[in-house]
Amino acid sequence: MKKIIAFLLAAVMCLSLAACGGNGAPASKDGGESQAKIKAGFIFLHDENSTYDLNFINGMKEACEALGIEYISKTNIPEGQECYDAAMDLVDNGCGIIFADSFGHEDFMIQAAKESPNVQFCHATGTKAHTEGLKNYHNAFASIYEGRFLAGVAAGMKLNEMIESGKITADKAKIGYVGAFTYAEVISGYTSFFLGARSICPSATMEVTFTGSWYDETKEKEGATKLIDDNCVLISQHADSMGAPTACENAGIPNVSYNGSTKSVAPKTFIVSSRIDWAPYFKYAIECARDGKAIEADWTGTIKTGSVKLTDVNTDVAAAGTVEKLAEIQKKLEDGSLEVFDLKTFTVDGAALPNDHKADVDTDADYTPDTVVVENGAFKESKFRSAPYFDLTIDGITLLDTAF
Amino acid sequence: MKNKQHMPLFHVAKRASIKWYYAFLIRAAAILLALVAAGIITTVLTGLNPFKVFGALFTGAFGSKRKLWVLLRDIAVMLCIAIALTPAYKMRFWNIGGEGQVLIGALAAALTMILLGNVVPHAVLILIMTAASVLAGAVWGVIPALFKAKWNTNETLFTLMMNYVATQITAFFIIIFEVPKGAGQIGIINQSTNAGWFPALFGNQYLLTILIVLILTVMIFFYLKYSKHGYEISVVGESERTARYIGIKVERVIIRTMALSGAICGIAGLLLVGGINHTITTSLVGGRGFTAVMVAWLAKFNPFTMIATSFLIVFMQNGAGEISTAFGLNKAFSDIITGIILFFIIACEFFINYRIVWNRRERKEEM
Repeated sequence: MKKIIAFLLAAVMCLSLAACGGNGAPASKDGGESQAKIKAGFIFLHDENSTYDLNFINGMKEACEALGIEYISKTNIPEGQECYDAAMDLVDNGCGIIFADSFGHEDFMIQAAKESPNVQFCHATGTKAHTEGLKNYHNAFASIYEGRFLAGVAAGMKLNEMIESGKITADKAKIGYVGAFTYAEVISGYTSFFLGARSICPSATMEVTFTGSWYDETKEKEGATKLIDDNCVLISQHADSMGAPTACENAGIPNVSYNGSTKSVAPKTFIVSSRIDWAPYFKYAIECARDGKAIEADWTGTIKTGSVKLTDVNTDVAAAGTVEKLAEIQKKLEDGSLEVFDLKTFTVDGAALPNDHKADVDTDADYTPDTVVVENGAFKESKFRSAPYFDLTIDGITLLDTAF
Repeated sequence: MKNKQHMPLFHVAKRASIKWYYAFLIRAAAILLALVAAGIITTVLTGLNPFKVFGALFTGAFGSKRKLWVLLRDIAVMLCIAIALTPAYKMRFWNIGGEGQVLIGALAAALTMILLGNVVPHAVLILIMTAASVLAGAVWGVIPALFKAKWNTNETLFTLMMNYVATQITAFFIIIFEVPKGAGQIGIINQSTNAGWFPALFGNQYLLTILIVLILTVMIFFYLKYSKHGYEISVVGESERTARYIGIKVERVIIRTMALSGAICGIAGLLLVGGINHTITTSLVGGRGFTAVMVAWLAKFNPFTMIATSFLIVFMQNGAGEISTAFGLNKAFSDIITGIILFFIIACEFFINYRIVWNRRERKEEM
């Protein structure tokens, strides 16, 4: 044992000498910037192999390079004490603002925020900032349901094309959806997607299966294959790997994707993808922190402000006229003439939602519905907190399994 | 082939003993070679200066006061699992169920925290958590031991399978207590009340955890070396027949030892939940139940040597994370470096146990 320790000590000395010798101070990236300096830290659940994290990583690069600031990123940080360790290490490294991208990071970010009151902590997709009451802890999300709705419109156009060409009959227009958990973010996502599809193809129905993981390539692929075997003629997903797009490409079933284009693995089946562009939020939050301004506890970007985006439509696969139709619907969403969760367009257990419907906006262990979320005849998603809270199963959607 | 009788260039012979400085030289050479190999691969694959990459390894492990404490904390957990497995291994009971035994102990602690968090006083809660974790871990260890003792089932497969059972049970309870609905996670337990959280000693969150493991290490050392139980364990390990012949109840030793092994794994779970993470996930143990096998083995089952071997492994794991952060490399790359170094360190044991005998005459003839 002594030998090992002795040798390791010797090795430490040699290598630290080498490290000290070769390591100059890292030069700042932009040269002379006259503005106040701030360093940003980022914590990612996975790395660039996950479509979800890649989308964040791209946003980070875009925002930080546009602002000309130094930044540090930590990838593959699990949703546990490691997140707290990573956040505190970023604090030690002089970061004035720290972002985390995964839902399960939230409690550990709050813990770090409590201990470092002079550093701003921003957590994407979290739900607790508005009830936690910390000055330096914030949540952010985007009204991705608008993007989902548009992606659904593209799916509806494709279904109509299949019906018109006689490939399927109208009653066979069944969509399959691979979800991660039975969590509001997923439910809100697939419901808005379905409403978009049904607004174009009224006979559309949908089946949903859950994988119980945000990133599990095998399960996502199996889930998509199961849906295809169950006669679903179009697949979409809310999970972060290439599993579902690959399964669709293998089976020749059109796929509407999420988080970014998956055309590279599915050139013959990819139609379009909705995604959140995080760069606007990163820019906003970093600028606030740099200039000493308060950051909103709940920030929600919209399609109008450029936080929700669609990728280019793959015209080889999409139905004719999709691009024009999407532009038309997007305009309606932006000017407010179209509501995604219009109470007239969906029913729950055969009845329309009452005007005083409450949702569980303030997170608690008993899931108590606490806030009226219906205004002017529509369910107002992402208004009372940034993270989605639509968690109802509407008629027309069948959940195949709800174990997760 | 000129020679009728072909003689190989060398042959391998078992060493009877080895001088300490010789063993040291072999290990030193192995680490040096490992660094050279890792350095070459780094330069070829990434074009980076390998010294800077190795430097990052050290910054990642020792770079700040916080990192140092995290390092000590992680060593403590790894060491705790390794010493938990040791009594079983001394008995030649191949317990690869450390992962599950730790997880089930962690689950017991977490459930106690959730259910009794606001019911009983803080100190009582920690006592109940400890009892629950120790019991859960012991039960998880005893089940395969019972089957081994009664029906001579294969303990390697059995303990391995018990890992998956533990993971599924944990997943089941996570869904019962998830917050918010459907999220598939529990989050930090009792974040506002800190009920069931281990107290900070001298202002340090992890010191208590580290001390508990140190005490356990000393206890296991004496238990194995100087107690009657320890002696029985080594006799059963050497030969079950001898043990029976001299009147040791082998079944009882197997069950008792696995109960101990599982109970200490349960304590590791308790430390993970009560002292460190304050939450439960299916990946909480993160493969440490398996890595600890290597830690114990490299240390030849000496609890004190395990401090050094767990340091080595945890140092590389913690340091490796810094490589990807500092150089923007994928985490897989730091895993490659760690893998190379471990490979050399494990492989050099061969040269400590065996020596190479060159067949001199043959070589001269050929020259």
